[in-house]
Amino acid sequence: MRIEQTAMAGTLESGDMMVTIEPADTLTIDLTSTVEAQYGQQIRATMSEVLAEAGITACHVIAKDRGALDCTVRARMKAAIYRAAGATGEAWHKA
Amino acid sequence: MAYVKDRLRRTMLYIPGNNPGLMRDAHIYGADSIMFDLEDSVKLSEKDAARFLVYGALTTLDYGDTERVVRVNPLSTAFGYDDFVAMVRARVNVIRLPKTETAQDVLEAEQLLAKLEKEHGLPENSIGLMAAVESALGILHAYEIATASPRLIGIAIGAEDFVTDLKTNRSAEGIELLAARSQLLFAARAAGIAAIDTIYADVNNEDGLRREAELIHQLGFDGKSIINPRQIEIVHEIFTPKPKDIEHAQAVIAALNEAEEKHLGVVSLNGKMVDKPVADRARRVLALAQAAGVLPHP
Repeated sequence: MRIEQTAMAGTLESGDMMVTIEPADTLTIDLTSTVEAQYGQQIRATMSEVLAEAGITACHVIAKDRGALDCTVRARMKAAIYRAAGATGEAWHKA
Repeated sequence: MAYVKDRLRRTMLYIPGNNPGLMRDAHIYGADSIMFDLEDSVKLSEKDAARFLVYGALTTLDYGDTERVVRVNPLSTAFGYDDFVAMVRARVNVIRLPKTETAQDVLEAEQLLAKLEKEHGLPENSIGLMAAVESALGILHAYEIATASPRLIGIAIGAEDFVTDLKTNRSAEGIELLAARSQLLFAARAAGIAAIDTIYADVNNEDGLRREAELIHQLGFDGKSIINPRQIEIVHEIFTPKPKDIEHAQAVIAALNEAEEKHLGVVSLNGKMVDKPVADRARRVLALAQAAGVLPHP
């Protein structure tokens, strides 16, 4: 998948994460988190994993985490990726 | 885990599908079922994001024995099909169909589930259905809807849309819903499935909730959809057999057993005849008490 446009997903409410994905030539992740000290590394790993699964090698991700669970990080990343790739609605058609 | 057709459903707690903060602890308050919502509580621009969230919660978080239900968008909308695919892949227990008006609505869902279960490697008939009726047309078709698929675990009434369709509004006494609730209940009982009542929207009015729960309990409903964990205790209190009901039911069964041992044709308890409906009611009270955990299983 290719990042074609800037897109966002999520909120700044407790237990959520707001993700913005922008087109870029390289892959960068800017994460700010209320639980940076304990889980920063793990959250970055999850974000990188979701990008890799989607085959994305270049984009700029800005994420503001408010203590999201791992499954929420994945869900917000996927929503932002599909929106930024202009592929909303295609996610569930693969077997 | 596949769905269970007949189980305790005193409370079915709605969790808005785009609110991750509420998802982690959804089951800890003790509702019998948790019901993630992809429909009315999620705005159109967030349907895709909510679907990812609910899928993630269902495939990652452990909700123990709590039944997992998802209210999807109707198949007639742009979101319904993807909701079905995602929820089959998430192996949800039950899909709740909103705004059901005809048996055809249920049949379409049934056929799609059968196809998706096959495509995604689930055993046949893994996922149950529940139909919510929210219009006059739906109420008039309640029996056809309730008997449209063997997957149906129950039918529910959604009153907010229903009273709007009737050109009225909800009153404290609920007189405008009486005919519809009764017709829904007849359909559920004739079909042998559960009847689930609508939400009570005013979470701060505990007396109002109690009055409504007592009314629908007396009408014969199995339980109620709820929108706040604070509503669980009141509804459970009303839908769980009281100690005196349990004692009476046990005495009825003991009298029946004794009569059988003595080969007596007629059974009486404290001078009152115990016939089949009395015996059936006693068995149901004991089964409900066991399911609710207030009486040990035999």
